Amino acid sequence: MADISFLILVFFLMVSTMDKEEGLSRRLPPLPSEDQKVEDQKVNRRNIIQVKINSNDRLYAGSEMMDVSQLKDKIKEFLTNPYDDPNLPEKEMREIAGLGQYPVSKGVISLQNDRGTSYSKYIEVQNELVKAINELRDQFAMQQYGKKFIKLDETKQEIVRKAIPQSISEAEPKDVKKK
Amino acid sequence: MARFIKNDKKETPAISTASLPDIVFMMLMFFMVSVSMRSTDRMVQVRVPQATEVAKLERKELCSYIYIGTPTPTYQAQYGTESRIQLNDSFRSTDEIRDFIAAERDNLSEVDRPFMTVSIKADQDTRMGIITDVKQQLRRCSALKIMYGARKAGKAK
Repeated sequence: MADISFLILVFFLMVSTMDKEEGLSRRLPPLPSEDQKVEDQKVNRRNIIQVKINSNDRLYAGSEMMDVSQLKDKIKEFLTNPYDDPNLPEKEMREIAGLGQYPVSKGVISLQNDRGTSYSKYIEVQNELVKAINELRDQFAMQQYGKKFIKLDETKQEIVRKAIPQSISEAEPKDVKKK
Repeated sequence: MARFIKNDKKETPAISTASLPDIVFMMLMFFMVSVSMRSTDRMVQVRVPQATEVAKLERKELCSYIYIGTPTPTYQAQYGTESRIQLNDSFRSTDEIRDFIAAERDNLSEVDRPFMTVSIKADQDTRMGIITDVKQQLRRCSALKIMYGARKAGKAK
């Protein structure tokens, strides 16, 4: 009996994979339809931050070159705009069910990469962007409910998600020139 | 004083193996429950990059996989060392992704189709060019929910 079970056990050990499905979730933008006008997509300049990675894995955010470690704070400043700087994104009062009026930032992060960018760098930058947004959500959740975002229930999470949207747009592929 | 005479012949009894089948069975059950079957042979080498903010995939059965990486040594003679795309059990070009997605979508029930996720498992040394191509193809066949495969790194980076 034990022998047979051992055999089956070994079989399962061989054929199985233990790796968990983990990763960064994203939604791709739908392809623009033919008749859609380009003007519709024009966003106010102050509402957009361009994060570019060139083929040498150099990172540019806004117009300045920076290290990945600085990106998170830059993004957080961009999305919160604490001093209502006219160069940073405007906020729009939006009615959120269950919360009331809340100034939601209209900022959009536009991520561009070159064909030569390495995937690990790209993920590293994506990760920093998500981290910035997660930290803002945590902060907001702490203020409103005194709990971290993950520990809130589904409806409250939805409210937080509406208040601080994850607005990362992966731009149309475009070659980022070496600067 | 017989009590103090050492009995040299006394040995420790053999460990009873009567419970061995039970233990093995328990492990067997654990593995059967916890594993997912390896459904396809990996033909490309994939070491997914690290990230700290990974989220878990909620429903595995709604997920299709696209592997991108250099072919494993056995296939390198035939396919070279350039990054390739693997769908199911063979190397494919970017144009064939559309058929693959359509087939995967057909396998799902009507209600689940909007929730289909495409998991891109790309090697960390892959160039973005090929991934951009894949993304464009996915957009073209409106499989917009994607996930970049990554493994969780420790908090201290």
